[in-house]
Amino acid sequence: MSITVNGPVRTAPPRLAIGGALARFALIGVILAAVLGIYAYLGGWLTPHELTPSRFVDGFEQVAGVHPGFRRNHAKGLGASGFFDSNGNGVRLSKAAVFRPGRVPVIGRFSLGGGQPDAADAPNAVRGLGLQFSPADGELWRTAMINRPVFPVRTPEAFYEQLLASKPDPKTGKPDPAAMPAFLKRHPESVAANKVIEGEPVSSGFENSRFYGLNAFRFTNAAGETIPVRWLMRPELPFEAAAAPGDKNYLFDALITAMHREHALRWHLRVIIGQPGDPTNDATIPWPEEREQVDVGTLTLDRVESEETSAATDINFDPLVLPDGIAPSDDPLLSARSAVYSQSYTRRAGETKTPSAITPADVRKGE
Amino acid sequence: MSNQRTQFTVLMRVLHWTMAAMVLTMLGLGVAMVASLGDYHLLVSIHRPLGVAILVLVVVRFVVRRLSPLPPFPPTMSRLERLAAEASEYTLYGLMTALPLVGWGMLSAARYPIVLYGPLQLPFILPQNPMLYAVLRKTHTVLAYLLFLTFLAHFSAILFHTLIVRDGILKRMAPWNIRPREAAATDSAAVHKPDPIIAQ
Repeated sequence: MSITVNGPVRTAPPRLAIGGALARFALIGVILAAVLGIYAYLGGWLTPHELTPSRFVDGFEQVAGVHPGFRRNHAKGLGASGFFDSNGNGVRLSKAAVFRPGRVPVIGRFSLGGGQPDAADAPNAVRGLGLQFSPADGELWRTAMINRPVFPVRTPEAFYEQLLASKPDPKTGKPDPAAMPAFLKRHPESVAANKVIEGEPVSSGFENSRFYGLNAFRFTNAAGETIPVRWLMRPELPFEAAAAPGDKNYLFDALITAMHREHALRWHLRVIIGQPGDPTNDATIPWPEEREQVDVGTLTLDRVESEETSAATDINFDPLVLPDGIAPSDDPLLSARSAVYSQSYTRRAGETKTPSAITPADVRKGE
Repeated sequence: MSNQRTQFTVLMRVLHWTMAAMVLTMLGLGVAMVASLGDYHLLVSIHRPLGVAILVLVVVRFVVRRLSPLPPFPPTMSRLERLAAEASEYTLYGLMTALPLVGWGMLSAARYPIVLYGPLQLPFILPQNPMLYAVLRKTHTVLAYLLFLTFLAHFSAILFHTLIVRDGILKRMAPWNIRPREAAATDSAAVHKPDPIIAQ
């Protein structure tokens, strides 16, 4: 296409009157301000009270303090490694290579919820298990699970509210006693979720805990069929009820002892198939008990290792590092978890870490 | 026919406007995703393959730039302005190359998979090292702000020339073709005036 240009292109145009010149400079100013405004809006500078990953992680730091080099949540942990033996039952559900029959190396990390790297173990503290599966095709699958059948909050905003409700008062060193009841009053879904959580008996240790993937995901198989799923890891060791808490690291010490005694700890990865109507965007609501569960393989962890040497220390167990065949659901927590984990990782990556609570010597005990 | 062009070649103009749209989108995605919780994953999944596409295109563009005939600067530009224009052009090429490479490197150092589409992903180009990731992550931000500032300088200069100097500089990069006959007339007019014409 061509257009006609009126008059010569590069001859001096007529002189601008002062008024005209000023108006044109003002126009340039307006255009540049508009460009800056658009980017300021996109970057959130015009909405300083909106929750961002950075403010979220600031919240963890306000509650637990800053512990350089440590994860801002689930700070206390122990590395683990082993493998996943896929039995092939997952192939009809997802085309991800990890579900084809065969063995896939796994790096994992057991952890305690909260931002204190030297928190005292307690029966009701949240137990976490982060896993990275590395199938041979080069893709990675990471999942961060906890021993709770449902999540106590539905949205990232509610999570942040609940987090701040547990923030210790600088005067008393304890959280405001009115804050948590006030939070629960505003969030009946959290009250309901807590009832579900309290209804599940707590096991004696990490080694016989169930770990749940919490959020819903979507599996797509080779035929292109997509289904909603959740998953859990069911331990092979029999359930034993939690006893009174022991010393500061008693849960981790028991895990180390169990590993030395059993030589390997096993869990079965069970994929729960959602049906139409099962909520995929609300991690506070359990799916009906009778939903089909498919045992897709066995996780074997045959080694625990202090964070000082474990490969798990450098891994961000971002639940949205997913292979082709597994995709996020519409659960609003998922993207937020990815964003906040990433912010936490970025902060700790640039810091020099102090020693972890569970030391290499602790791991060697009873070997 | 005049041996001097009025416009960049069609290929250069297509590359310029395509990449302008991509880079401006990329800068917007960048600031939006670091401030976003709910849209973070979606924005990141666009940011990574778009960055790879920019890296590929900037290499193509640099080769095309070196092999293509260029229109002369308008005579309204002083020697200093021409130097500044060339310097900003190379700064933009440099930043458009460095930003995706630093991004690729930092994700490699943190072992974040760089998924392009489906099972297709880029290999890691650096060893796993959190401290290296932290340094590159900061570098990525600093370079992105530099790119934004260089874009603003480039954009301001074009606005100044278009609205104040009114030397038709934008026509060199116009997405449409300027009719050759008029272009030839213009070229000869420019050639016969040795001194730059500064707008009064």
